[in-house]
Amino acid sequence: MSEHHNEHTHITPFKTHLLILGALIVLTIVTVAITWTNLGVWNTTAAMVIAGLKGTLVLFYFMHLKFDQKIYRVMVLLVLAVFAAVLILTFFDYLNR
Amino acid sequence: MPENTHGHPEPSYLEYQGKHKGLKAWIFSTDHKRIGLLYLYTILTFFGIGLLIGLLMKLELIAPGQTIMGPDTYNRFFTLHGVIMIFVVVIPGLPAVFGNFVMPIQIGAPDVAFPRLNLLSWWIYILGILLVLSSLLTGGGAPDTGWTFYAPYSFETGTNMLPAVLGAFTLGFSSILTGLNFIVTIHRMRAPGMSWFKMPLFPWALYGTGWIQLLATPVVGITLLMIVAERTLGIGFFDPDLGGDPILYQHLFWIYSHPAVYIMILPAMGAISEILPAFARKTIFGYRAIVISTLMIAFVGYFVWGHHMFTSGMSGTALYTFSLLTFIVAIPSAIKVFNWISTLHKASINVQTPFYWAISFIFVFMVGGLTGLILGSLATDVHVHDTAFVVGHFHYIVFGGTGFAFLGAMHYWFPKIYGRMYNARRANLGWLIFFIGFNALYSPMFYLGVAGMARRYYDYLPEFHSGNIISSIGAYVMATGLVIIVVNLILGARRGEKAEANPWGGKTLEWSVPSPPPLENFEKIPVVTREPYDYSA
Amino acid sequence: MHEHRDDTASKIGMWLFIFTEILLFGGLFIVYAVYRYRNPVAFHLAGEELNVIIGAINTVVLLVSSATIAMAITAMQQGKRRLSVRLLWVTILLAAVFMVNKYFEWGAKFEHGLYPGSDFLYSLSQGDVLFFGLYFAMTGLHALHIIVGAVFILFVIAYIRKGKVHETRWQLLENAGLYWHLVDLIWIFLFPLFYLIH
Repeated sequence: MSEHHNEHTHITPFKTHLLILGALIVLTIVTVAITWTNLGVWNTTAAMVIAGLKGTLVLFYFMHLKFDQKIYRVMVLLVLAVFAAVLILTFFDYLNR
Repeated sequence: MPENTHGHPEPSYLEYQGKHKGLKAWIFSTDHKRIGLLYLYTILTFFGIGLLIGLLMKLELIAPGQTIMGPDTYNRFFTLHGVIMIFVVVIPGLPAVFGNFVMPIQIGAPDVAFPRLNLLSWWIYILGILLVLSSLLTGGGAPDTGWTFYAPYSFETGTNMLPAVLGAFTLGFSSILTGLNFIVTIHRMRAPGMSWFKMPLFPWALYGTGWIQLLATPVVGITLLMIVAERTLGIGFFDPDLGGDPILYQHLFWIYSHPAVYIMILPAMGAISEILPAFARKTIFGYRAIVISTLMIAFVGYFVWGHHMFTSGMSGTALYTFSLLTFIVAIPSAIKVFNWISTLHKASINVQTPFYWAISFIFVFMVGGLTGLILGSLATDVHVHDTAFVVGHFHYIVFGGTGFAFLGAMHYWFPKIYGRMYNARRANLGWLIFFIGFNALYSPMFYLGVAGMARRYYDYLPEFHSGNIISSIGAYVMATGLVIIVVNLILGARRGEKAEANPWGGKTLEWSVPSPPPLENFEKIPVVTREPYDYSA
Repeated sequence: MHEHRDDTASKIGMWLFIFTEILLFGGLFIVYAVYRYRNPVAFHLAGEELNVIIGAINTVVLLVSSATIAMAITAMQQGKRRLSVRLLWVTILLAAVFMVNKYFEWGAKFEHGLYPGSDFLYSLSQGDVLFFGLYFAMTGLHALHIIVGAVFILFVIAYIRKGKVHETRWQLLENAGLYWHLVDLIWIFLFPLFYLIH
């Protein structure tokens, strides 16, 4: 129990929040726009990549991961990796039935 | 004895007077030690009920044909036995009882990180139990699906599924909160100087367990909710008529329920890793290897769920993959067994009751583990799938593993919990009878399973009679041993001899505080400089 | 007994709880992935039944609400307590807008006889049954989290009023923020998976 309060608080300025919001809205427009073009299987891929990008922005800036101690990033990565592995293992079954 | 500045010893947590009195001083207490005992008494009560149901089933199986109950009652009995034993007894088992009582003291903390959340977990647990029990008294009566609630039967049966399923969901939520609390406690509240690798092995085991509770339980939570939605709204997720896939239910169910086996066994392994060095009177062999194998089991244990579904119609690729992963997860368990045995090598062993439990744990765990490999191999699994062999295997692991470790931990930490000693001779006698009964009960099942006796039937072919007689008699021998053990412990808690602070010569921090400990455990938070099992001085 | 306060502990606790939420939705995402893989055409056609405009508007509403609660934390840390509370009210207002939109969206589906267990839905293909089952289960569970998140924020506002959350003690506010961002995070994935199937 060395430190009682959040370690040297990092305060995210309003400007950063607004910039991130702008980026998120632009990405939303892009992902809707892509739906109207026909890229075959790449439509879904693009939609998921953009969603992943948006999620990363939310995690790193709004949820403050970028400025927190490393342990939080490690934990989030671990959890997402476990979930991804479970999903992939499930598809070991369905892809080969 | 710790004394405060005025020279009076501090009252123990058992005597401490807060703002509530009587029963209320317990059920509204946020003290981790009292909450641990609340869990202990609840779990023992329901263990007794589950055991009674089991004994009745064994009585039914003592002879072929209908003995005391028909198929319908038998189906409900094995469902209730499973739901109670798994969700109410074994999953909270060691973490909620000994994790609560001992872990904060072992890491040198006055309590867990969120004491009120800890109490809330217990209340949610009680709510879950009440929900499960309410299925007995209302609607179509107790469910008859087995504790796995397999689709599509679970949404077609006329029995009372909803309360049982929602009860299991609620119990899972309680388990999540306990795990969350322990992880934060271990991250934030270790005593100064206690680095991660100076932490005892029981907290390490609880740390691994906590992550499984956190990451696996929500999956079964949502799966159970899908069963509810299936029954009430007909969403069709697992209904083949509507395009659903019942095998997907099995995937989701075992994504939780296989890791749940590690929720049961990891804390048991942790407790054994505490008991062995205390009685071998030397440091544990390969501390780091045990820590790493704990984390490996927690991690790899997440990816082996498919071995419960080898005959359900999965793809071949999935079968090979899950079989391979199952063999891989056996490695860290074997590492632990190796380390325990090596700890005993050249030790001058202090043979006491907890030690008997610990070595018999290693024995039953090895029987359970090795028969598990037979089930993990694709070819042999096809032969023994859904036979008594499986029942024998998982009782050796789940009941043998956690049960022996639980009773070992009970006898080990008993003087710390109650400040009194039990009668050692009676305790040893109880252990011997229990051990003999246990093996007589479950080892015939391996033979019966290989010979082809199917599980989950109230009846069997006449050629299986002799094996079943041995098994049923074993059940009652085991229960006799258990009665001796429990009576002995109750007598010990009431009027046993006063116990010292450190009766076994243990080196971990819980033995440095008085028995029973005062409310906030330590007068002054200790500074840790030594390894956890340093017997050199 | 002394009061024990450890902000980092409660922050880790909140993150751990968020992990359980991710895995809770994770179970449904697995179901979605499997059934979309098995019914690609039906999912595509059924997805076109959903209103992209309402979905996109709701996405933007949630994104803005995420920004406002993040700014509320910044404001609190800078000692602008009034501004912080105002931003929290804006967040709750946006949550309400989201729910009103959802109400109309679901209402329209119900009017067309599209709801779990309806005879009309059962008369469609198996892929349709699964798609709409998943649609209602996942957006329904998400809407439930919107409500829980909004109540959480209301609690924080009450705590600020009582002076229990202030410029040197804002962990509870940050936790509410984390929870709210999680709700946004889930929606970021739900939106393309249901509304933008191609």
